[in-house]
Amino acid sequence: MKGRVLVVDDDAALAEMLGIVLRGEGFEPTFVADGDRAMEVFRESKPDLVLLDLMLPGMDGIDVCRQIRAESGVPIVMLTAKSDTVDVVLGLESGADDYIVKPFQSKVLIARVRARLRRTDDPAPETLTIGDVTIDVAGHAVHRAGEPLNLTPLEFDLLVALARKPRQVFTREVLLEQVWGYRHAADTRLVNVHVQRLRAKIEKDPERPEIVVTVRGVGYKAGPG
Amino acid sequence: MSRAVGITGSSYGDWLRRALREWPEAGASWLRDISRTRVSQTRPQRWPRQLGDRWRRSLQLRVITATLVLSAVVVSVLGYFLMQRFVAEVYANKQKSAANVVQAGLTFASQTPIFEKGPSVLSGPAMSKLATQLGPAGATPNGIARPAYAQGGNPYALEVTLPTNLQGRPAFSGGAVWGFYGKPVLPPELVKAVTSSKVSSQKFVWTRMPLQASPKPVPGLLVGAKFGSFYQLYYFFPLAAEQASIALIQRTMLLVGLAVVFLLAAVAWLVTRWVVVPVRLAAYGARRLSAGHLNERMDVRGSDELAALAASFNEMAASLQEKLGELEDLSQVQRQFVSDVSHELRTPLTTIRIAADVLFAAKAEMNPAASRSAELLESQLDRFESLLTDLLEISRYDANAATLDAEPADVCMIVRQSADVAQQLAERRGARIEFRLPAEPCIAEVDKRRVERILRNLLHNAVEHGENKDIVVTVAADSAAAAVSVRDFGVGLAPGEDELVFDRFWRADPARARTLGGTGLGLAIALEDARLHGGWLEAWGERARGCVFRLTLPRAVGGDLHGSPLPLSPDQAGIDSDPLVLADLSGRPQLPGPALAGTGRAHARLPGEALPADVLATDVLPSDLIASDALAASGLSDDGQFVDGQADRPGHSHRSHSGSDSSAAGPSGGSEVAAHG
Repeated sequence: MKGRVLVVDDDAALAEMLGIVLRGEGFEPTFVADGDRAMEVFRESKPDLVLLDLMLPGMDGIDVCRQIRAESGVPIVMLTAKSDTVDVVLGLESGADDYIVKPFQSKVLIARVRARLRRTDDPAPETLTIGDVTIDVAGHAVHRAGEPLNLTPLEFDLLVALARKPRQVFTREVLLEQVWGYRHAADTRLVNVHVQRLRAKIEKDPERPEIVVTVRGVGYKAGPG
Repeated sequence: MSRAVGITGSSYGDWLRRALREWPEAGASWLRDISRTRVSQTRPQRWPRQLGDRWRRSLQLRVITATLVLSAVVVSVLGYFLMQRFVAEVYANKQKSAANVVQAGLTFASQTPIFEKGPSVLSGPAMSKLATQLGPAGATPNGIARPAYAQGGNPYALEVTLPTNLQGRPAFSGGAVWGFYGKPVLPPELVKAVTSSKVSSQKFVWTRMPLQASPKPVPGLLVGAKFGSFYQLYYFFPLAAEQASIALIQRTMLLVGLAVVFLLAAVAWLVTRWVVVPVRLAAYGARRLSAGHLNERMDVRGSDELAALAASFNEMAASLQEKLGELEDLSQVQRQFVSDVSHELRTPLTTIRIAADVLFAAKAEMNPAASRSAELLESQLDRFESLLTDLLEISRYDANAATLDAEPADVCMIVRQSADVAQQLAERRGARIEFRLPAEPCIAEVDKRRVERILRNLLHNAVEHGENKDIVVTVAADSAAAAVSVRDFGVGLAPGEDELVFDRFWRADPARARTLGGTGLGLAIALEDARLHGGWLEAWGERARGCVFRLTLPRAVGGDLHGSPLPLSPDQAGIDSDPLVLADLSGRPQLPGPALAGTGRAHARLPGEALPADVLATDVLPSDLIASDALAASGLSDDGQFVDGQADRPGHSHRSHSGSDSSAAGPSGGSEVAAHG
């Protein structure tokens, strides 16, 4: 699996170390150390995935994340030194798909990167419907009442996972495993934040969701009732 | 298991938080004490209780009531004596003027020659005429006749009479002339006194006579005197005018007295208001201050005691605000420091970590020394990381930066999930974790990450100190709380250690190595995690009987805990000694299969002859854990031997091999117990 990975990190040693590991796993890393230059390099290198440190000189990681998200659905994995809820949720809300708390092991990093880059190569033509939302799985497109919706790959995966088994309740742990590829569920905040972001895009009223419904104390399910 | 190794430096955070919590409260409480004024608490009460409450709470009410009562007493005593004096004076004056009138009448009568004659000479009409002349008109020098009874101040010439005992004739009455209603009856004592007195000597009596003006007898002064040889002269002076003025004075005095009393009460109200209102304001200010409104200040007016109170209140508030500000700044600094350390340490550590991974992966190509070094680097980095994580977590608590991220979750599920690692560790040591979970899910609003961490810490601890014996995890819930208890049957705790256990870096036995590589902060963090939920984490332990750690959490965020659904000490639980309870507990269907299979294994090798019948009965029950505790409770085995015997048990290692296949180990253990019987 080849992939271009943009590493946005101001720590030269860590960036170099990440480069060694990524190259060792067959990725093509590009580096940028400055938040202000991040967008420029991003547009030039057109990476398949971004590894983004949250604390950067110049523009900070959160803003970089928002800007990337504004023009691309490319998977973003945050590298953060802070595991506090506020920091993590802020990062996820600004558009990151996943996060890794420093210090991390190289195999964890690689596993997460692979999970984000994993694409089912040639999905069978399949159309799913929940409420007035239709999902063209092969075409990677989602429409609500005929209007196309712009979902990131992760949001798309999350929606498809729920929609494939309508009315079945998924616990956050199951979703973490299916969508994010986590073997041992660690952080359900990831699911909460992304479900909120998904709702913001597909629900008529995100305060009263009808497509992705919360089942209190258990998890989420697709479809009303 | 006795020495405590604590770090005093880390208690700074505790102190800071305590200070932040307690200072405003302490400051406010003394102000409340000095004021003790009413706080508006409207509860439905009956009025006597309400009144009583008001009485106790309101200084003003008490002062006003006291003023009312005292001034009323003073004014009535004063008024009484004044009235006494006034009435006496009026009567004395009346008597004096009456004496003058009577004297004048006597003088006139003595100058009237006809009175020299005996009564037989004096005819009725003549007598009547004389009597008229003896009246007040006769007594006045100018001889003007006045209507006697029309003016209250005038005397009535009552009677010129012959004593009946002298003549046997009825007394002559001038009553008709002088306006008496019917024939006046003279009091016999007066008549007697006059009769026996000397000539011209006046006798007085205060009595009532029926005047024509009012048929009711009118009070007045009756004066009698003898004159000449045969006659007695009586005058009646009604007191109507005097009584009217006395009544007027009385009314006036009553009104004035009442006015004085109420005025005094009003003054008291006003004066106490001056004092009480600032005190109330101070109390209110103190309450606001203790509620966290640190900008609360009082008005300082003038330079009296109340101004001093206000000024010192303001000083206190200012110094409190300043101190709290300092503490907050310190806390802010510490929080920032923690955050900085977090980032600054973690980034290079990540590089080291990944570098170590790369080296470790390549160790096959290195020489033996370098290869081993790579291994050590890798393993020690794990330890370093967990220590760093724990330190940062505890500093986050110290900086009050920890937040609760609660959502409804099934505590039983969390217990299951968090037991994964501990179960593997336990199995490697040949021990088993037995779950006693309620059949229905036990939903509570908790921060799953933190509760999992608490349970992982407790289970890790139980495995570490459990002497390779089994561990029992019990979950129970009631309407308000959910509780998890983790029971091990290891070395236990010495008295007093159940509190030290939660100290940072505390080790029961510093000489003993940490076999599982805990950081020494696990239980301290677990305690903070529990507190953040508003829950409890408590420990019970006894030498050679093991430990119980009980976590109690409110089922709703912010809920109050009044008790735990689970007992802390196994003595309270009754599971140590009562075979019936044991049977009941272990017979529950939700007890997991592997635990049932573990029958009596742990004690299969205890000296059989030492076991009394009732303990043997428990020994055939599904869980050897319960039986082991029963043994300890019954004091069967010497503690030291018990522990050593367990540790040195030669057959113990085979359990670790058969850990994954527990059903095979179970029956064999059971059969050994049967052999004892």
